[in-house]
Amino acid sequence: MSISEVRERLGPLGRLGNLRRPSSLRDLPFPLSAPTWPASVPRPPKRSTLGVNYGTEWARRYPVRLARAAWTDMLTRPLVNAVAQPSVEGLERFEAVVGPVIFAANHSSHLDTPLVLSVLPEPWRHKIVTLAAADYFFDSRLKAAYFAFALNAVPIERIKVSSDSASRAQSLIADGWNLLIFPEGGRSPDGWGQAHRGGAAWLAARTGRPIVPVHIKGTGRLLPRGAKRIYTGKTKVTFGAPIIPDLPARKLVSHLEKAIAALGDEATTDWWSARSRAAKGTTPPLTGPDASAWRRAWALGPSPKDGARRRSPADEKRWPPKP
Amino acid sequence: MPRPGFVLEVDRSTPPVLIWHGEGFRLERLPADRSRVVYAPEPLAPLRDPDAAIRQALVEPIGDSAPLPELLHAGMRLTIAFDDLSLPLPPMRRPDNRQRVIEAVLEMAAAAGVDDVVLIAALGLHRRMTDAELRHALGDRIFDAFAPHGALLQHDAEDPSELVMLGKTEKGEDVEVNRRVAESDLLVYVNINLVAMDGGHKSTSTGLMSYRSVRHHHNVKTLQHSRSLMDRPNSELHSSAWRIGRFLGKHVKVFQIETTLNNDAFPSQMAFLQKREWEWDVRDRATFLATSRGLDVLSPAAKRSIFHSILAPQAMTSVQAGEVEAVHASTIEALHRQQLVDVEGQSDVVIFGLPHVGPYNVNSIMNPLLVMCMSLGYFFNFYIGKPLVRPGGVVIVSHPTPWAFHPVHHPSYIDFFEEVLSATTDPLQIEKVYEERFATDEWYRHLYRTSYAYHGVHPFYMWYWGAHALEHAGATIIVGGNRKAVRRMGFKPATTLADALEMAEDQVGRDPTITYFRCPPVMLANVH
Repeated sequence: MSISEVRERLGPLGRLGNLRRPSSLRDLPFPLSAPTWPASVPRPPKRSTLGVNYGTEWARRYPVRLARAAWTDMLTRPLVNAVAQPSVEGLERFEAVVGPVIFAANHSSHLDTPLVLSVLPEPWRHKIVTLAAADYFFDSRLKAAYFAFALNAVPIERIKVSSDSASRAQSLIADGWNLLIFPEGGRSPDGWGQAHRGGAAWLAARTGRPIVPVHIKGTGRLLPRGAKRIYTGKTKVTFGAPIIPDLPARKLVSHLEKAIAALGDEATTDWWSARSRAAKGTTPPLTGPDASAWRRAWALGPSPKDGARRRSPADEKRWPPKP
Repeated sequence: MPRPGFVLEVDRSTPPVLIWHGEGFRLERLPADRSRVVYAPEPLAPLRDPDAAIRQALVEPIGDSAPLPELLHAGMRLTIAFDDLSLPLPPMRRPDNRQRVIEAVLEMAAAAGVDDVVLIAALGLHRRMTDAELRHALGDRIFDAFAPHGALLQHDAEDPSELVMLGKTEKGEDVEVNRRVAESDLLVYVNINLVAMDGGHKSTSTGLMSYRSVRHHHNVKTLQHSRSLMDRPNSELHSSAWRIGRFLGKHVKVFQIETTLNNDAFPSQMAFLQKREWEWDVRDRATFLATSRGLDVLSPAAKRSIFHSILAPQAMTSVQAGEVEAVHASTIEALHRQQLVDVEGQSDVVIFGLPHVGPYNVNSIMNPLLVMCMSLGYFFNFYIGKPLVRPGGVVIVSHPTPWAFHPVHHPSYIDFFEEVLSATTDPLQIEKVYEERFATDEWYRHLYRTSYAYHGVHPFYMWYWGAHALEHAGATIIVGGNRKAVRRMGFKPATTLADALEMAEDQVGRDPTITYFRCPPVMLANVH
């Protein structure tokens, strides 16, 4: 058998010997290298597999869930306890609820998600999906894989209304997953809360599942938006009574916003004062005082960058004003 | 949304294209600027709930027919005939369409209290099915309920006691049909329409009749005037089959149930077989390399065994029931939605890459006669309007074409190949001199009736199937085939595709235009 016959029998592998010096993989013949594209065939627009198109089904398979449970319990929780030193209120308010539910929280820091996941009791902690901004958390393959694994995050559009995002969230609820949503749509830019968007309320109205309002206090000071380092300090997570979605979605948005604001009031003052102000409709909004920019910044209290001063109780956030 | 069929004009940047070669495939680069490749439409979405669709079709029939439940009553004789193992290709994953449909029919028959029910595999002159093949087509529930009680039969076209001569059509065609069918109050025919040639009256007039009837449409004259076999209005074979079927319909009430499949012919592990080459990703390329290199080291028998174990993920795309002709018209519409590809004009050369399986070698060997039938019979006839190749053009076929025959399935093929083709390859001469002797040979008859052999006349039909192409094309070249076997059939052997294209130039001139018909999956070229 001649050498050329041997090469012929080996096919593309055999014909490799005919190549002079393949300087890269591209120089190898098809199918060892990628095929060329016929000039007469228009190339279809490339569909990104990142962002909202990133597939997270793998992160909800049992082996990954098991690995995430170990990750959360053995790594995330001890770290969060060390950094954020959380205290928790109101767990008893939703213990009678049958899942799935929608946890809706205010949002001022990247610490918020691991903090809520750390303080949630079983069985909620390991059966929860976090809806995360597709443009931020899923813009690279590594980030997407990390957040899908560590936080069980699922991408949603926050810039535009997307029926895909909505139907994905609905199907997750239908599959029995609890959702963690930040209705403000992103972290606070200045330390104060932002007006709520309709996603959480719409989902609740659509699926009929209750919303558990959650107020997170203190994370904005430990790791605010744009911070280059993380500070340690105390935080407080307050869970409210579940809201049954028997209102139209628009009314539900404002009801939820008020409920979280009341929890914020309760975290700053006490339960009775907060309830009294809520009943009178005088709960201070989480969006802060309607004043000039410096006064809003001033009302936040001293920056954690100011070292030891941040530990003084007197320097705590001055809004809502104490009675 | 599945993409429709597509004709690629080959240019310099077109990658090599996949060409089937029996139990294997090759990547070949086609000459730029004068070649084109016809790609099949992508698989249509299957019916979401096929069982519900079947029930609906049975209670809401089309054409002049009452709903099936109204045709069923206690005390009646009900016969359910079904297509044999030649359909679908490759065999589909369970549950087969026949199982789904027959189970639905039997549910209704049970509800109506019908006791006398017989199932018949409509073999025509094909080989009998094994128990395993019947189980695969019908499912265990049906097989176990009927086979042990002798109520699951296979049509025997050579059993004089089980055939009845009903008479002759207006053109003098004998209508000799299975006795059980003739004596039934209702015949329910269950079909799988893989190609446009199947179904309609052809189901009964081929599958349930004797050689004396079948010979009226399976002959050189009708097949030379079937242009094409896949285009019923222009097919002489179908005209004859329709006359015979209509005649049968005057004696027996026929309730036809036809189904179509999408062309999802290969499992996901072999996805590259259905993808356009420039869209192959890393996985496709790796699978191709691993598969083709692995096949290179296997024996032909081992390769055959692997390929014949492939079960297609094909799924039902439509089901229609009722009066034969109305049903078939609707079936053809559904089939065209899946298979039709518009092609502009004919070319000087057409290339066919034959796969491992055809209708007559399921779990068997594709012998040289079947290579002829598949290429010049089936592939050549996959057109509407005009053939893909111009009159006097060249047909290039890629297949190993082994000088090998399955001794159990194809005994008469061996003698046909040795005795008949060594004397002549002219279909008319073959028909005139040899057909009757083979058709009435007692030994072949015995093997057909008691073993698993095709009828003695079947190899003749294989040859006739290519009669139109033999008349139309100037030459046929087989690439990579057994040279002796290829020459025996009057074709030219070539070692490589490049050689074959060079040889074709002797016939059609320099720089011929080339069409590569990339089938499977099955498609139908609508040549304008």
